[in-house]
Amino acid sequence: MALKKFVVGCFEDEKVLFPAVAKVRKAGYKFHDIYTPFPVHGLDSAMGLRETSIHTAGFLYGLVGTTTAVTFMTWVFTKDWPVNIGGKPNFALPAWIPITFELTVLCAAVGMVLTFCYICQLAPFVKKHTFHARATDDLFVMVIECGEKTNEDELKALLTSVGAQEVNTQIAEEGWWIGRYDQEQSLYKEPNIA
Amino acid sequence: MSATKYESQLREPLVNGNKTYGQVTQDIVHTIEAKPTRLWYIGFYISVALLMFGAYSVYREVTYGIGQWNVNRTIGWGWDITNFVWWVGIGHAGTLISAILLLFRQGWRTGVNRAAEAMTIFAVMCAGQFPIFHMGRVWLAFFTLPYPNTRGPLWPNFNSPLLWDVFAISTYFTVSLLFWYSGLLPDLATVRDRAKTKIRKHLYGVASFGWSGSTKHWQRHESLSLVLAGLSTPLVLSVHTIVSFDFATSVVPGWHTTIFPPYFVAGAIFSGFAMVQTLMLILRKVMGLHDYITLGHIEAMNKVIVLTGSIVGCAYLTELFMAWYSQVPFEQDIFFKYRIAGPYGWSYWLMMTCNVVSPQLFWFTKLRRNVLFTFIMSIVVNIGMWFERFVIIVSSLYRDYLPSSWSIYYRPTIWEVGFYLGTFGLFFTCFFLFSKYFPVIAIAEIKYVLKGTGESFKNEMEGLESKQLDAFVEEMHHGHHEEGTVKIAHH
Repeated sequence: MALKKFVVGCFEDEKVLFPAVAKVRKAGYKFHDIYTPFPVHGLDSAMGLRETSIHTAGFLYGLVGTTTAVTFMTWVFTKDWPVNIGGKPNFALPAWIPITFELTVLCAAVGMVLTFCYICQLAPFVKKHTFHARATDDLFVMVIECGEKTNEDELKALLTSVGAQEVNTQIAEEGWWIGRYDQEQSLYKEPNIA
Repeated sequence: MSATKYESQLREPLVNGNKTYGQVTQDIVHTIEAKPTRLWYIGFYISVALLMFGAYSVYREVTYGIGQWNVNRTIGWGWDITNFVWWVGIGHAGTLISAILLLFRQGWRTGVNRAAEAMTIFAVMCAGQFPIFHMGRVWLAFFTLPYPNTRGPLWPNFNSPLLWDVFAISTYFTVSLLFWYSGLLPDLATVRDRAKTKIRKHLYGVASFGWSGSTKHWQRHESLSLVLAGLSTPLVLSVHTIVSFDFATSVVPGWHTTIFPPYFVAGAIFSGFAMVQTLMLILRKVMGLHDYITLGHIEAMNKVIVLTGSIVGCAYLTELFMAWYSQVPFEQDIFFKYRIAGPYGWSYWLMMTCNVVSPQLFWFTKLRRNVLFTFIMSIVVNIGMWFERFVIIVSSLYRDYLPSSWSIYYRPTIWEVGFYLGTFGLFFTCFFLFSKYFPVIAIAEIKYVLKGTGESFKNEMEGLESKQLDAFVEEMHHGHHEEGTVKIAHH
């Protein structure tokens, strides 16, 4: 957890945003993130993010559900407490399909949502710095982290030239912390920014 | 970029009015920020009153036993299971809209999916009450769960459709809730970031889990929604299939039929869409959401109603045909003596009129796009679908194989009716709270489709078509040229 300096550029139109992303990347800057009010298709690849593999996780959770259901019911009905129901076979696989299916879906869904929350660091009381309050309303907010060698003014000029409506510098916590959105960020009294 | 996106000119816009992103947020969130209207309070208090009456009815049932109801040894399921199946069925439309229509890329779902999903969750909550309290000794309801216990351990019977129901309904509730809430996160963050009061900022901050709108998070969110939709699609079909197994795996005439799963699923979607219409038309009127829930949305849902209504009608006729064709005397008696005719004949014909005859009027475009007619129809359909379950349950049970146990006439007690009214109270109390404290329309999804299918974009497209090609090319070239000079100037 450390405070860092960010240059923030806000865009009003995704038509302007896409060329801007390409130009900023070309100029050699690294995005901290781009905050958008809705999923903008193609922005992830434009930013150079790799595809998510959360669906693979979902598949694995589903497999866990299937295996649990089948092995558990098999164990109960053939080993632990075999019951003679009208002379029908104890290993009654067709009759277990509904429960197996439900458990598969349940495990896949619950597992995926928990994984999603975990990797996106989403939970009640989690607080992240809001770079612009309208990022969840109607602005596309491009955030670029300033390194030691970054020329802040040059970067700001670049953002303005590619169409950012509003450009500013912010000092913020880059990660998340436990906090409240109705309180101002006051993690450290003196930000140790060079 | 958007000019290359294909969109048919024949389709009407999904969002009316020339909206910007900011206006969309304002239109949907302002109902949360404003004080509720008088109508809201009246509706809310009536719902709470119903809920209280229901709670008292349940209290009596739990204290004095199942004898508070008029169900008996012959008609063991009565109103209780009728209501259960009815509520579960209603829930199905929400999942259909949010999941199946997402997979089919039906853009119009965005206007109604959030409220429809909420409806699903509340309907399943209502449905769950009935089998649980029907157990009689409700404090032992957890016996249905397979947990290591001191009775052996004695396990539930995994071969029983009633246990499948336990798994199906609880899974359905959980998955619907997760799907709904994960979709809500970005919209709750929108409310949080607009909040003017501290308490609202805090509460929505907690509820939105710290959502920031990061591109990576959106990417994962989209993937999550798609997979959850893919999981919910077979899930919703399985749930009502399993509910129909409760009947179909028995040997009771009128229940013992292979047509039940598809017939029940179609009926569920049919009644669910009717309930969505009822709620949406009220929501649209009370909250002024005409631009988002357009006549196009209403018409699309009415088309689903006429389709599923026809499937249900087909199933009714197939049942009658099979009863005759099978030449099983018990089946024939149930259908031709005790359903169509007999003391419960009126309920059969009420069901037929409401479910099969009346939705056929939706073949007329004028009626499909008539708000008042749709509203009346949506209630007619749900009355019909309630009677469908009543007919299936009561008219098959009251004259079974053993004439000595035939029941003359079954009518519910006030506490049985009270329990049903109580679930209405629960449903509408939840729905009123939802409409006050949550964004009733998926804001982010509307913004996503706005540029492609909004009215402003349609107008732009029409302009493109009428323009000469040369002029268009010229303009494009000019635009690029201008952009280039700006860049040079700043460097």
